Amino acid sequence: MKVLVPVKRVVDANVKVRVKPDGTGIDLANVKMAVNPFCEIAIEEAVRLREAEVATEVIAVAVGESNCQEQLRTCLALGADRAILVETEPDLEPLAIAKLLKAIYDQEQPGIVILGKQSIDGDNSQTGPMFAALTGLPQGTFASNLAVNGDIAEVVREVDGGLQTVSLTMPIVVTTDLRLNEPRYASLPNIMKAKRKTLDVTTPDALGVDVGRRTEVVNVAPPPERQAGIKVENVDELVDKLTNEAKVIGQG
Amino acid sequence: MGTLVVAEHDNASLRPVTLNVVAAAKAIGADFDILVAGHGCASVADEAALIGGVGKVVLADAPAYEHALAENVGDLVAGLADGYDHVLAAHTTTGKNFLPRTAALLDTQMISDIIGVESPDTFLRPIYAGNAIATVKSGDAKRVVSVRGTGFDPAPADGGSGTIEAIDAVHDAGVSDFVGEEIAKSERPELTSASIVISGGRGMQSGDNFTLLEGIADKLGAAIGASRAAVDAGFVPNDMQVGQTGKIVAPELYIAVGISGAIQHLAGMKDSKVIVAINKDEDAPIFQVADYGLVADLFQALPELEAALD
Repeated sequence: MKVLVPVKRVVDANVKVRVKPDGTGIDLANVKMAVNPFCEIAIEEAVRLREAEVATEVIAVAVGESNCQEQLRTCLALGADRAILVETEPDLEPLAIAKLLKAIYDQEQPGIVILGKQSIDGDNSQTGPMFAALTGLPQGTFASNLAVNGDIAEVVREVDGGLQTVSLTMPIVVTTDLRLNEPRYASLPNIMKAKRKTLDVTTPDALGVDVGRRTEVVNVAPPPERQAGIKVENVDELVDKLTNEAKVIGQG
Repeated sequence: MGTLVVAEHDNASLRPVTLNVVAAAKAIGADFDILVAGHGCASVADEAALIGGVGKVVLADAPAYEHALAENVGDLVAGLADGYDHVLAAHTTTGKNFLPRTAALLDTQMISDIIGVESPDTFLRPIYAGNAIATVKSGDAKRVVSVRGTGFDPAPADGGSGTIEAIDAVHDAGVSDFVGEEIAKSERPELTSASIVISGGRGMQSGDNFTLLEGIADKLGAAIGASRAAVDAGFVPNDMQVGQTGKIVAPELYIAVGISGAIQHLAGMKDSKVIVAINKDEDAPIFQVADYGLVADLFQALPELEAALD
């Protein structure tokens, strides 16, 4: 069984981003880029499935500009067997990405597709369920555990109230939450080996998918700045301020 | 045409966030109906019918909808969307689960997690963990939108007299089943709608030490949250996580205890009205957003705070 892992190139999670002064977007010049953290968890889960002999092959796929090959090489170093880049203009919308992934899915016929639950740039949290709907597959979103047993998979989901377990009929779509696993680091020999692994490049045209935009980003602005307040000396002063100045607690 | 609001509920009563979504529907301006999809959920429909301004309440009551499985509810909502310009749901783990499915089935680019309505086709939404606010205009004929609850003040729960229309369309994709759940039981208010939240971070050092927050929470009527670091360390369960990828809160008062203030945590709480930080590291980034900072050892400060609230 193949496992397909769509991954996204994003700004590194530790970078504090700046809005471009002209309001057209985020300034990405000379900013460190990385594999989206939730996608790293997805790669790790897929590699563990292969190590456990549940899966036979792990295929990483990215949608974006040619520089996404850097992140695909990282995925290969983390244990993916081969990679596919669908080369496009930057910042495709989730619906277009989901359609491209469906075309790849139709070619590869994986048993499990594992994605991150959201990317830390757009924060949309859409691609996994959209892809699942287009392919008609069941989904286990926000997964903190995945257990495959023949034709059935049980997924433990992190939901607002706690945890929910669902049983899904294979093939399935899983989106990862933080507690699913702890991704490994790529070793130097594996980084070297990754350079020789297969990385195929295709395009939306070749896949027959219309990726035209449906929405327009009219403006991107910084959020309202929050000013730092004051330091209080002790708990009594804190309670006094909260009671009499901020008036957010009702003590006399 | 109007707006369809998908209610969030537990088959017994409406979740408060539904009223925030209704507020977003009112900001869009058109008439709105409410969908209650669940099982044995007639009381929820009764409650929804009282919401001020509601047209009709569409009640889809079937076992397939009991646990809001995305495969079934996503299909149901797509099937009902014909009569509406806008379909709205909360950007919760329930809404995030089924609504993108609905959007894809309708061949519509969904707009996630809005915090403002500029016009019926243009919305404000945070990106990059709230470090930027994007204004996004939809070019689709139908707009499928998820709503950040804290972005809208709740609409009145009463004053309405909607008619309830039961439908018997059953969408059961037959590919997913509910197995079980572990839902945290608490007498405290719900994290996302509490007016006071007190959260602990890695500085709490253990799950047991969260009892230091409980006494204070009880006295203030507060909900208890946690940073991702505290959840990852296994101190407390995931449903307590506040942050970019956890819950977004915006209470009247947010008290951060032993939390350094990572970007992704700030994304979940910086819209709180008043922020208090208690941390022994005076250089912790949390102090840059705090209205009141107390540089102190939390193991001393918390018992003092509890005593001072008597």
